[in-house]
Amino acid sequence: MGVRGIGSSLEEAFEEAAIALTAVITDPGSVDAGEMVEVECEAPDEEILLAEWLNALIYEMATRGMLWGRFEVKVEGLKLHGRAWGEKVDIEKHQPAVEVKGATYTQLRVKKEDGHWIAQCVVDV
Amino acid sequence: MEREGLKRLSDYAWRIERRGAMRVPAVIYADEGLIRDMDSKVSEQICNVAGLPGIVQAAYAMPDAHWGYGFPIGGVAAFDPEQGGVVSAGGVGFDISCGVRTLLTGLKREDVEEVKSRLADRLQRTIPAGVGSTGRLHLNRREMDDMLHGGAQWAVERGYGTQEDLVRTEERGRMAGADAGQVSEKAKKRQLNQVGTLGSGNHYLEVQHVTALYDRETASVFGLKEGDVVVSIHCGSRGLGHQIGTDFLKEMVVKAASHGISLPDRELACAPINSPVGRSYLGAMRAGINCALANRQVLSHLTREVFAQVLPGAELSLLYDVSHNTCKEEEHAVDGHPRLLFVHRKGATRAYGPGHPDIPEELRGVGQPVLIGGTMGTASYVLAGSRESEELAFSSACHGAGRAMSRHKATRRWRGGQVVEELAGKGILIRSRSMRGIAEEAPGAYKDVSAVVEATERAGLARKVARLEPMICVKG
Repeated sequence: MGVRGIGSSLEEAFEEAAIALTAVITDPGSVDAGEMVEVECEAPDEEILLAEWLNALIYEMATRGMLWGRFEVKVEGLKLHGRAWGEKVDIEKHQPAVEVKGATYTQLRVKKEDGHWIAQCVVDV
Repeated sequence: MEREGLKRLSDYAWRIERRGAMRVPAVIYADEGLIRDMDSKVSEQICNVAGLPGIVQAAYAMPDAHWGYGFPIGGVAAFDPEQGGVVSAGGVGFDISCGVRTLLTGLKREDVEEVKSRLADRLQRTIPAGVGSTGRLHLNRREMDDMLHGGAQWAVERGYGTQEDLVRTEERGRMAGADAGQVSEKAKKRQLNQVGTLGSGNHYLEVQHVTALYDRETASVFGLKEGDVVVSIHCGSRGLGHQIGTDFLKEMVVKAASHGISLPDRELACAPINSPVGRSYLGAMRAGINCALANRQVLSHLTREVFAQVLPGAELSLLYDVSHNTCKEEEHAVDGHPRLLFVHRKGATRAYGPGHPDIPEELRGVGQPVLIGGTMGTASYVLAGSRESEELAFSSACHGAGRAMSRHKATRRWRGGQVVEELAGKGILIRSRSMRGIAEEAPGAYKDVSAVVEATERAGLARKVARLEPMICVKG
């Protein structure tokens, strides 16, 4: 399953890609943004940084039993500081379709095109 | 897929000759219809695999092949460590050792029909399934490492099964060479509460009945008769395997240049088998295999508990347990000479032919059971490995139906409730708490499993033994 974020900045594209990640599992609009988690990632380039960001969210989802609905990303150089807000998985409410296993490097692209940033990759479900 | 560039070897085998960076040719096993409908990415990906260092003989795609990441799903490739051969995290997949086991029950269809609804409810209540579900076992650090070294043997030692189960599991239930020290803390943390859980997506537990026999002699050796009820469990190494895949995909990409490997695409991330990263991954991946074997063993135990309550007297014995996403060190004949190779099977099943020493003694004469999972509305198949498969694809066969439609498309075409209702009309009870999950897994979203199995048999990779149709399907 592919996820793609489009934004006016790299950060916004990363935030949108994270919403797409949640949409693979459930309707992001159904997730209350009650609890917050912070993640830090680092990578040798922007594309791997995207994969690291999504993988950090997948890890926090899996170990905390949470879903994320709102995101905030700050990137300085190749360091990312991210925040995600969400709530515990409620199967009746969220009807989660699949668990995401991880972000892959397939179709992994982070680029600026016609004034917009695009951040995308295939995630394994 | 376009036929251009494919040389027809037979009605069921197609070859792409070496070109560009390919070190060996690529071979796709499929009939004309499957080739026509196959994703064109399969040929692109299998040709990329054919260009990896140390690949031996050819890169193969099975009849259920579809677009994966790096390797196609349904891909088989063997590498020689003495010739710079590599191991690839993407070539194994994130769900390490995802596989199928089938248990015989000694029951007939009519025995189960009477209590089907109650059995389905109890199974749903007992088998932890779906996003966020946790298992009955909660491991501490030492127990985690013991599980990662011991696999299904570890589970049996704790009372989850019998010695007979281990005889009927690949590697006798314990993958040698596992190294829990190479598995990250993150991977272990993802697994703490996930031992004995089914997962979600295409994973399932099905109660099935035998609707056809194609090879009565082999079926009899496997203990299958028409009308018999069996239970099949499809799942893998859960969060631990996923995190191992994630960790090593990155490490292999970052270190590729230092190994002198130039990747046409980063998704092909790999490392020489004889390198610190390669060895570290093999140790971790084998621990992932043990995690999957332990997981299926614990789920078998839970299934037995349910049957003991609902159908007392039923004895569930393991027919066999196969893994789909692995890299294993095996001896294979190449140009008539035995060589030790590292065989990647990603969405492909090992399928040893009659006489292979790794097949349990009582099954050895007819070949290894090859368990092919279908969809919840169609059928699954039991096949037996063939001798020819050794030469055709390092003793490998297909693994399932293979998706034909994206999950997104499936949710636009079907509603979960409607799928459940339609299947109930056919006598198949679906138990899942996620209707969206059911829509994404609608039988129509998959290829025709019968065509895949037919092509597998006609290509000589394995031979058909029995057809299983679902009665109950528990999904995440």
